[in-house]
Amino acid sequence: MAVSQPKLEGAANLAAHFTVPTGAKWANDTRANALSVFNAQGAPHKRDEYWRYTDPSALTAVPTAPAALFSNDEAPMFDGIDRVRVVFVDGIFDADQSDDLTLSGANIETLADVTGADIHWAKDLYGQLEANGQNPVQRPLAALNTAVADQGLVIHVTAKCEKPLAIRYVHSNENSDAVVHHVIKIDEGAEFTLLESGAGAARFNSVLEVDVADTAQFHHVRTQGRDHERKTVTHMFGRLGRESVLRSFTMTVNGVLTRNDAVLEFTGDDAQATVAGACAGDGTGFHHDDTVFVTHDSVNCESRQVFKKVLRNGATGVFQGKILVKEDAQKTDGYQISQGLLLDDNSNFLAKPELEIYADDVACSHGSTVGAIDDDALFYLISRGVPRKQAQDMLVLAFLAEAIEEIDNEELAEDILNRLAAWMERR
Amino acid sequence: MTDMIAKDGVEEETVEAVKSLSGEYKYGFSTDVEMEYAPLGLTEDIVRLISEKNEEPEWMLEWRLQAFERWKQMEEPDWAMVDYPKIDFQDIYYYARPASMAEEKPKSLDDVDPKLLETYAKLGIPLKEQALLAGVEAPEGERKVAVDAVFDSVSVGTTFQDELKKAGVIFMSISEALKEHPDLVKKYIGTVVPQSDNFYATLNSAVFSDGSFVYIPEGVKCPMELSTYFRINAENTGQFERTLIIAEKGSYVSYLEGCTAPQRDVAQLHAAVVELVIQEDAEIKYSTVQNWFPGDAEGKGGIYNFVTKRADCRGDRAKVMWTQVETGSAVTWKYPSCILRGDDSQGEFYSIAIANNFQQADTGTKMIHLGKNTKSRIVSKGISAGKAQNTYRGLVSMHPKAANARNYTQCDSLLIGDKCGAHTVPYIEVKNNTARVEHEATTSKVDDDQLFYCRSRGMDEEEAVALVVNGFCKEVLQALPMEFAMEAQALVAISLEGSVG
Repeated sequence: MAVSQPKLEGAANLAAHFTVPTGAKWANDTRANALSVFNAQGAPHKRDEYWRYTDPSALTAVPTAPAALFSNDEAPMFDGIDRVRVVFVDGIFDADQSDDLTLSGANIETLADVTGADIHWAKDLYGQLEANGQNPVQRPLAALNTAVADQGLVIHVTAKCEKPLAIRYVHSNENSDAVVHHVIKIDEGAEFTLLESGAGAARFNSVLEVDVADTAQFHHVRTQGRDHERKTVTHMFGRLGRESVLRSFTMTVNGVLTRNDAVLEFTGDDAQATVAGACAGDGTGFHHDDTVFVTHDSVNCESRQVFKKVLRNGATGVFQGKILVKEDAQKTDGYQISQGLLLDDNSNFLAKPELEIYADDVACSHGSTVGAIDDDALFYLISRGVPRKQAQDMLVLAFLAEAIEEIDNEELAEDILNRLAAWMERR
Repeated sequence: MTDMIAKDGVEEETVEAVKSLSGEYKYGFSTDVEMEYAPLGLTEDIVRLISEKNEEPEWMLEWRLQAFERWKQMEEPDWAMVDYPKIDFQDIYYYARPASMAEEKPKSLDDVDPKLLETYAKLGIPLKEQALLAGVEAPEGERKVAVDAVFDSVSVGTTFQDELKKAGVIFMSISEALKEHPDLVKKYIGTVVPQSDNFYATLNSAVFSDGSFVYIPEGVKCPMELSTYFRINAENTGQFERTLIIAEKGSYVSYLEGCTAPQRDVAQLHAAVVELVIQEDAEIKYSTVQNWFPGDAEGKGGIYNFVTKRADCRGDRAKVMWTQVETGSAVTWKYPSCILRGDDSQGEFYSIAIANNFQQADTGTKMIHLGKNTKSRIVSKGISAGKAQNTYRGLVSMHPKAANARNYTQCDSLLIGDKCGAHTVPYIEVKNNTARVEHEATTSKVDDDQLFYCRSRGMDEEEAVALVVNGFCKEVLQALPMEFAMEAQALVAISLEGSVG
């Protein structure tokens, strides 16, 4: 079908708003391709099937609406653990605040350096997984990201890393409009953990491309900042080799608009992937969208999608998940659960959990439930002397804990649960 | 025809035997009745002609023309997971009727062309009252079924008129209803499925030629089950029937619908609209066994079945139950929906969709909860075999005012063979926190242990699969009226013939 005029105009405005960086020829070519894909697709629009529950206009507006800075006295996320710390301020790499980019088992470079080099392994990965992920569902904001990003990290993991890399995104300018693009290549048998935290910018667009080779492992834990007015769109494109593992968890609290796309493809047999998310939304402005697309194209792989959302005071939670099992992907085990807990009658939960299956020897299931807090459970706690507010918080935490359990690092899981408990009290 | 690969231990002869059985459509005969067609294609004149042939009032013609104007501006929807060659809407006859009925409507069934009656007899629908399954003479306690039969574009006869009249029930073809009860038709037509609803519904609004009309007055429990049999006989025709059922306060009716068509290698179009209006405390049970010609084993021909069905529970405590067994059609595009407007109203949807060979089915339901304490239940069983694609597509929507609404959805898919597909596309929209929605879906293949068990007891593979599939569908089959359930069970087995081997 022909692309509508508003979509084309939206794309032209956004493209004019950003500048396409120049570097080595391969990088210029990749960016030019991505830009033409973006211009051809047009900017996302509320009438697009994959944006029917989330109005993308705040993500496509030029310039972006300012977002007030959010001050708090909390210790930054993941500060308590041994890690290599990297800081991006309003989407720009800040070498002064960051540790040295040295981590045994991995080679870490900045995107700006890499795209300036004529010969680099990233040539075969930068923008490639993103381009693969444009079919069958278009993701124009990811194509835009590939075209205009000059900030990000390019990481080559060759062995099991001793500690995680923690990226902190600081939001310091009310009008910042950040585009960040990371590329991670994990070699056979290697293992890498990425932690991300922070709001990042008034508007934050990120792409993460991860190539997980045979028997390699990628662990990802992310928290998305509490700045009430921030707008965020993230994309993770993952490719999984034989017997590889990918585990990604995201905790989101507040923010006026969050859209997290995860696009995973199994290309080798016997691999496992989990994408999970917990979200607590408060206020009419809050809109949180998890969109997941998992493609099984190999034998005996297992995928899990676990999403829990607690919504109150007019907040909206969206889940669009899809498991695509291709013809020869026999013995696939696909699981998908999305649950919404509505704390009042102004809040909304919208879900579209999809299965598309072309192989017969598979076990795929999905479940989705929406409801209020269980009155019986609440009554039980209150009758035992727990104040109502506290009882409600306990039940909310217990509900979200099921998603947090998907993190296989106990220390991190507990840290997140504790913070969540504190946030529940203070908002 | 599915790929027949002889598995270990299966005799080549057995495979041949199965092959010869498979893909045969038992209703695939055509009746040699002289037909009268309207000219090919669709223009304003055709719409006028259809209206004139049915001797309709002026307002009906205006309504049709309005729909036709709208339809010209509309685009064919392309979101369903079905793939078929583009339909040339100008290459279809929009009106065909047996010539024997052209001059004058038959006064009674005795005047109906015997060949037509023979067709229905072949289908197993004894039209004549005395020949009915549970006829007048039937022993006490057996159920009676009144039948309205639609042959291509026109209704040929409605049985049991007298008995229904005594109860105050109006059951006739919609063309007759337009003559005898124009006010009732005018009051309700298009109020559930508006003219502009969707491409096919709008087309239907412009060109519908006949269909059934049922009116159950206040407090009346319809004394027998009502049944309509649709049959497309003529080549290259589209069938556009329109059914309108109104259940007044506290009334009850159970309505059965069956469909067949002859075997032809050119695809044929069927675009129906069904509207149900359910007032306070009333209940409608609507059961469908859809067995249109599915195309041959190579995927040639078959019916394109694009149907809009919707029930509007207008009053409090109104209740509707859709049950469908979809085994036929080359392409199915059908989403019987419930608008639960009245407080405490209930909607139920039970569906078995079987797609074999090259069939494609995209079907499901919509449950729109508007009133308080509304309840809905969806049980969908999809079975794919051969190279077929089967999609469940549904919407459960809880509006902000639907306090304490409940929904339970279960959609299970079964895959037989590794060349077919089963898909699930549910939309869940909850805007009220006291509403509770539960959705479950599973996809699996026929259980090897169950098959082995059956086979070790001497069943052949096909019987075993049919038994397992019938077990898989049990919840839905139980929701059908008894006579239908027996037929449906047999149909499930027939539809899967040739799917294993």
